[in-house]
Amino acid sequence: MIDAELEPTVTPLSAEVPALEVRGLVKHYPGVKALDGVDLVVRQNEVLGLAGENGAGKSTLLKALVGLVRPDAGEIWVRGKKVRLKSVVDAADHGIGMVFQEQSLVPNLTAAENIVLGSEGPGVRRGMYRWKTMRNLAQQQLDKIGSDIDPLARTDTLTFAERQMVEIAKVLRIEQRTQFAPVIILDEPTSVLESKEIETLFTQVRRLREFASVVFVSHRLDEVLDVCDRVTVLRGGESVGEVAAAGAVPGDLHRMMIGSTGSDDHYHGNASQRSGEPLRPMLEVRGLSGKTFRDVDLDVHAGEIVGIVGVHGSGREDVCRALFGAEPTTAGEVSLDGTVLELSGTRAACAAGIGYVPAERKIEGMVGPMSVADNMTLTKQKSRCNGPLIAPKKQATLVDGWIERLSIRTPHRGTAIQRLSGGNQQKVVLARWLVAGDIRLLLLDHPTRGLDIGARSEVYRLMRELANSGVATVLLADSLEEAIGMSDRILVMSDGRATKEVACPAGGKPTPLDLVKEMV
Amino acid sequence: MTSPVEDVEVVAARRPQPRRGVSLRDAGPPIALVVIFLVFSALSSDFRTIGNVQNIMDTAAVLAVVTCGITFVLMMGSIDLSAPGIMGASAIAVALLVANNRNDNDLGLIGILVAVLLAAALGCLSGLALVLLKVPSFMTTLGVSAVGLGVATLMFAGVQPNISDAMLKGWAVERFLGFAYLTWIAVGCVLLGYLVQRYSRLGRYAFAIGGAEEVLALSGVKVAPYKVAVFTLAGAFYGLAGVMVTSQLSAGLVQAGKGYDFAAITAAVVGGTLLTGGRGGILHSAVGVLLITALTNGLVQVGVSPYWQGGVQGLIVVAAVAAAVVPQRRRNQVTK
Repeated sequence: MIDAELEPTVTPLSAEVPALEVRGLVKHYPGVKALDGVDLVVRQNEVLGLAGENGAGKSTLLKALVGLVRPDAGEIWVRGKKVRLKSVVDAADHGIGMVFQEQSLVPNLTAAENIVLGSEGPGVRRGMYRWKTMRNLAQQQLDKIGSDIDPLARTDTLTFAERQMVEIAKVLRIEQRTQFAPVIILDEPTSVLESKEIETLFTQVRRLREFASVVFVSHRLDEVLDVCDRVTVLRGGESVGEVAAAGAVPGDLHRMMIGSTGSDDHYHGNASQRSGEPLRPMLEVRGLSGKTFRDVDLDVHAGEIVGIVGVHGSGREDVCRALFGAEPTTAGEVSLDGTVLELSGTRAACAAGIGYVPAERKIEGMVGPMSVADNMTLTKQKSRCNGPLIAPKKQATLVDGWIERLSIRTPHRGTAIQRLSGGNQQKVVLARWLVAGDIRLLLLDHPTRGLDIGARSEVYRLMRELANSGVATVLLADSLEEAIGMSDRILVMSDGRATKEVACPAGGKPTPLDLVKEMV
Repeated sequence: MTSPVEDVEVVAARRPQPRRGVSLRDAGPPIALVVIFLVFSALSSDFRTIGNVQNIMDTAAVLAVVTCGITFVLMMGSIDLSAPGIMGASAIAVALLVANNRNDNDLGLIGILVAVLLAAALGCLSGLALVLLKVPSFMTTLGVSAVGLGVATLMFAGVQPNISDAMLKGWAVERFLGFAYLTWIAVGCVLLGYLVQRYSRLGRYAFAIGGAEEVLALSGVKVAPYKVAVFTLAGAFYGLAGVMVTSQLSAGLVQAGKGYDFAAITAAVVGGTLLTGGRGGILHSAVGVLLITALTNGLVQVGVSPYWQGGVQGLIVVAAVAAAVVPQRRRNQVTK
């Protein structure tokens, strides 16, 4: 499949020739200019950061680099030769590989099969598998990144972080196709990792730099600056600047990304001081135990945001789901506003005025092909009905009101929710709990996962408004910074137990390091 | 299907699960099989004879071969309803190709091979319609089943072909180590199927297609040829099953495969092969076939009225599947 132009060259590549260069790349979609003349240079053995808000053209650019999107104009040069990439295989033949944001592994195959998938080489002879060879091929790849994952483990038994290592091992297979150093693209690799796993990943990225070039994409600007040598910033489909990572601060990047000075008050300040705590907390949890957590105590007052932090496996997600009745509990008592809850299931929780925003928005949070209006009134059916029947006019008025109030950007209330941007989808998901006006406790499981800075900021503001109106909030934040920025108090969980509570008032915030010490 | 470019959503289990080892889902059906054997053995002295075990195995033979074929299709997450038509076509074809009362043909083994190839071609047709016309397998295979029945009816032409080929007739009556030749053919098919599933790229890719088809495309694998190949392979299995029915009846019947589509799907699912694909396999399905056959046999042996048998069998099958998925059941599980 190797193009004729990519004949083996004996002379070593001059160090000045970029590993990958993009010149004036343009891509139109109906009504949108996704890429409007992007220039990009990836040097040999460097880690290039790519920053930009959602809609800046990052994902289109990455897809163009691995042959999933064919650009309308512009050129892609690989190691000094102009190329046209027609497919993922084509890109791999030129030494370009990508670790996708949503992991792209087959869950019911072994890690080894995933690593060699599509390029089994000597692992398959005459259509028959040679398992030993497969295993060895995979082991070679895993050794490259110093991973001790069992190649014959089924992929769906691995943790998220381990699966990411498998993906990196898989992408490195493209070395077999070209005699040059590969270019590895990592698209949002840290978005679902916990801090310890992120450190491991960064070690890998630095190791990759020894023999490859890396393009690193992340929403977390501090990470980008931490791991990259240089950062290119995209805005509105154009490359607007380039920053050397050494000495730069996230604010520099942020300014370039949004085209003006970023708001310092990203988290919109803590709730205005409440006049005296109410006698009883809104939510009281005593000795809650389940499969993955034991003896958890937690109080949340009306108008308060309490963050729960903990490493992967700390059980915080399960506590959150248990409070919503979506996870069975074995012991403990939960009361809301003085009334003991049954925790018998999600229906009872909804009726009690508890709302839950799940982490997997696309799977658990919304019904993609259904309209904004239907998604918004999915839970509180009564809000759109007269008696047993849906009242279209009532629904329209209600939904339009919330679309305006939350400034949800959608062409129409009848638009399928999956066509909205992530931030607007999340606002609809949140609005679902607000339409009936009976919400008392909000459980937010990674409410800003995968959102860009602008959308995050709007979700934060919405959370603040809700808290100010007296809703109690439990927050599982996407990052420690977010937990600290948004919470009034933080509960630290470790190995299924609540180990520490940290006050987190405006003006007296702990540092991430303070929390990490408690988490491990 | 969404295009691979737009949505690459492969989100596997969120929580780490126990590694390797035999899961309860895999262990459930064999345990159920043993339980059924023990229960009926306790209830009926006729059930626990060697002769009856042979009888169960011999009865299971044709269903086992059909189920071998359908399992590969189910593993991909597709469905196949073409067994009745393909079996009918191959049953009539083989009856007309070996020594029979309708014409002077006496092709023997070659006749059998031709009938199986005809069946494979019909299976291939299902696969091509699926990948080229993008028609869901439910509809394409239903259509191919009708085509197969049509071909069979044309060849049947109103006069039933009775076979006189000694070898083919012998398959159903002659025994080796107590089991009919047909049973040994079925055992061979299960072994062959297992080898394909475990050691061939075709088998592993069929498994992978059921797991996450988009990922294969992103890894540069063209899935269409594998899909067509799987349907072709399944067709060949149905064809052989049609030949086996002809051997049992000593005659070619258009209805040779009637009811085998759903029987095979039931057996596969009872054995632990999921309709959503990516789970289970040939050995699972073989256990499912024995389970269903032993159940039918046992109900007869303990004297359940034939009027009751269908309903009782249905209830037990649902109960068996429910028991098999118990470890996977959790709150808020979505079932379609």
